[in-house]
Amino acid sequence: MTVTLTFLALLMAGFVAWLFSHSVNVRPWVAGSSETARRTQVPEWVTAPRMGLMVLLATVTSVFTLIISAYLMRMEMGADWHPLPDSALLWFNSALLVLASVALHGAWRAARQDAVERVRHLLIAGGGLSALFVVGQLLVWRQLAVEGYYLATNPANAFYYLLTSLHGLHLLGGLVAWAKVFRRLQRGGEPARLRSGIELCAVYWDFLLLVWVVVFALLLKT
Amino acid sequence: MAEREYDASSHAPPAEVGEMELVHPRTFIGKYIWSQDAKVIAIQYGLTATAIGLVALVLSILIRLQLGFPNSVSLIDPASYLQHVTMHGMIMVVYLLTAILLGGFGNYLIPLMCGARDMAFPYLNMLSFWTYLLSVLILVAGFFVPGGSSGAGWTLYPPQSISPGTPGVDGGIVLMLVSLAVFIIGFTMGGLNYVVTVLQARTRGMTLMRLPLTVWGIFMATVMALLAFPALLVAALMLLMDLLLGTSFFMPEMLAMGEITEREGGSPLLFQHLFWFFGHPEVYIVALPAFGIVSDLLAVHARKNIFGYRMMVWALIIIGVLSFVVWAHHMFVSGMNPYFGFLFATTTLIIAVPTAIKVYNWVLTLWRGNIRFTVPMLFAIGFLFTFVNGGLSGLFLGNVTADVPLSDTYFVVGHFHMVMAVAPIMVIFGAIYHWYPKMTGRMLNDTLGKIHFWVTFLGTYLIYYPMHFIGLEGVPRRYYAYGETTFISDSVQTLNAGITIAAIIVAATQLLFLFNLAWSYFRGRESGPNPWQATTLEWQTPHTPPRHGNFGDALPVVYRWPYDYGVPGAKDDFIPQNVPPEAVEYLDGAHATGKGAT
Ligand code: HEM
Ligand SMILES: [Cu+2]
Repeated sequence: MTVTLTFLALLMAGFVAWLFSHSVNVRPWVAGSSETARRTQVPEWVTAPRMGLMVLLATVTSVFTLIISAYLMRMEMGADWHPLPDSALLWFNSALLVLASVALHGAWRAARQDAVERVRHLLIAGGGLSALFVVGQLLVWRQLAVEGYYLATNPANAFYYLLTSLHGLHLLGGLVAWAKVFRRLQRGGEPARLRSGIELCAVYWDFLLLVWVVVFALLLKT
Repeated sequence: MAEREYDASSHAPPAEVGEMELVHPRTFIGKYIWSQDAKVIAIQYGLTATAIGLVALVLSILIRLQLGFPNSVSLIDPASYLQHVTMHGMIMVVYLLTAILLGGFGNYLIPLMCGARDMAFPYLNMLSFWTYLLSVLILVAGFFVPGGSSGAGWTLYPPQSISPGTPGVDGGIVLMLVSLAVFIIGFTMGGLNYVVTVLQARTRGMTLMRLPLTVWGIFMATVMALLAFPALLVAALMLLMDLLLGTSFFMPEMLAMGEITEREGGSPLLFQHLFWFFGHPEVYIVALPAFGIVSDLLAVHARKNIFGYRMMVWALIIIGVLSFVVWAHHMFVSGMNPYFGFLFATTTLIIAVPTAIKVYNWVLTLWRGNIRFTVPMLFAIGFLFTFVNGGLSGLFLGNVTADVPLSDTYFVVGHFHMVMAVAPIMVIFGAIYHWYPKMTGRMLNDTLGKIHFWVTFLGTYLIYYPMHFIGLEGVPRRYYAYGETTFISDSVQTLNAGITIAAIIVAATQLLFLFNLAWSYFRGRESGPNPWQATTLEWQTPHTPPRHGNFGDALPVVYRWPYDYGVPGAKDDFIPQNVPPEAVEYLDGAHATGKGAT
């Protein structure tokens, strides 16, 4: 549980510090308006969708850190842990995901410059690469199964399948959002909303990349 | 009330809160079924939770009948007894309390109390309810599959829960785990809304330190739930894989039905860690909203400002944070390292400090208050009693040496019902009596309410108090019958019969409450916009019940905290949050006579 607790401690420390800065020296019982009122609203750039995404990512991080905690605990608990072999394909998949992330960042930049054509191309690239990543992950599953590393043969396998499928599901969820943004683009939607949608996708992809890096590292190390 | 005339614009900073676009449906279905209005969603949550809660209530009566009058009801056999206990516990904790406090009161009160038009993401909010409903239906389906619902206990401990021989292992347990996963997804959608709305959509002047404690409680509970429910999700998914796909996350090598299973190495302890990493915060997920609501009930009905507002806020936050580091006090008997147990006993006892601070502050709020013994106030005071009571027995259980012999006895059942079942339920009742006028425009019947309170309050003592004594004798929980057991004296059976009779009376009284809800909806006295003379924004809306968008043309502007009751020298004994300092009327020449509070 150390991993989970560390994550929570960091999160809570940030949260508590923020609250503290907004509550220290405040005398709530004093009536009046203006200054204090202005100060404790969140800054303007923290829009509702941005904040919503952050809260969602905190929740998803909680899911993954808990599985990783369980992974590390289970590794110690039974004498039956046999690590999986590393597959070259995994490196290839990782590269795909990095490129997808880069492409979406490009799309985000292009969106800020209102370069609609470039946005379209980069969005397609980002979505396509991500879809390829999912296919690649499925291929790794097949490879493992062919070599006899079934889900139930070993807890290391079970964790591998669990982590990759959850990661994949989150990516598919991301692709649904991606598709919505893309449709909005095709219909020539309002640029501001488009920009916000692309930005959220780019951040979400970064997050999933980070999760994947951690999962992959865990797999290589153990 | 709401038509106070003043020019707000000159006192406040320019609009920092942008207007929201709201979907205003015209049809009945758009308004009340696929509604995106948080107030409608709140009522949908509330009604669904009440309906499934009634199922759990009936189950508890079945359990009690078996315990009080063994073998009198032929419907109950050892297997179905365990199934009833399991469904009862799970429904009450997750599908009733969590859903009604966060989904129900959270949705109704957060936008109104923060001065927002609606939740930040109304569409997601609607999805949240429908996902919750789906999870309830999946859970209920468990009653009807072959083999019935799960009998594993609400704690779902493997290997028991998924081993052959446990009731419901063929289908019920799968449905329960899937239902939990669906519930968590639905909750996350709602939870995002609650957090973002509180942080983002507060109206002008509504600083963090001017939020009513109700909002603080619900907000903190939501933050905790968003971080703790994932543990249950992970545990449920892994347990499902163990059951359906033959993995061994939790399943050790063991002898089942005379055969050695194929698995090896799995760790039931791992499940316990995950489960209680969710399970303990869950206690506070239902407690913190109750803490918040009860603070407001006490302040309004005692006509006093809440004692130590900032301390109350920080106590909520500290309790929330600490509750993530006490989970292993549920595992003292799991054979863990004694030093570990000592550590967790210590953290557990430390939580008692902020909790005790809250209790003192509540009592000090009442001290010399101008108490109005309305029904909400009665329930709030009832909460103080049951909560303190359950908290004290919790101090016993928090100590390893006392917990080991008491573990899994009726002492524990008595303790947790007092502290996490009855106490929050008291607040929920109080809150319904308090906000029903805002939701419907009519008052609930007072006489029926008082009968409801006294029977429920005294009845719960008759039910749970004796359980502590039964537990001290060592009577174990989750047993269908005790057989010939020498350490259990005969009087236990007498007590059990008495408890059952009390339980039946209490349960019947809840029907009276339901009748009151329905009858008052059509026949209740008209309440007007602010029957309790409260200061918070939900009572200042131009319409009662508030329409979609809550506040008519312009959002209110907030000038003060929500606890301006009995302000010395002021003419009225309460000043709503949206009244600017200049508009407050003072008694002639009676500035600061110090009279207000007494
Ligand atoms: C009229 C009200 C209630 C009565 C008479 C009642 C009675 C009981 C009884 C007799 C048991 C079984 C004890 C055993 O054999 O182990 C039980 C278990 C339980 N109850 Fe209640 N209860 C009531 C309300 C609630 C509420 C409101 C909650 C919400 C927190 C709740 C939560 C639980 C839990 C978590 C369990 C443990 C289930 C398990 O062992 O898996 N109960 N209740
Ligand atoms: Cu606990």
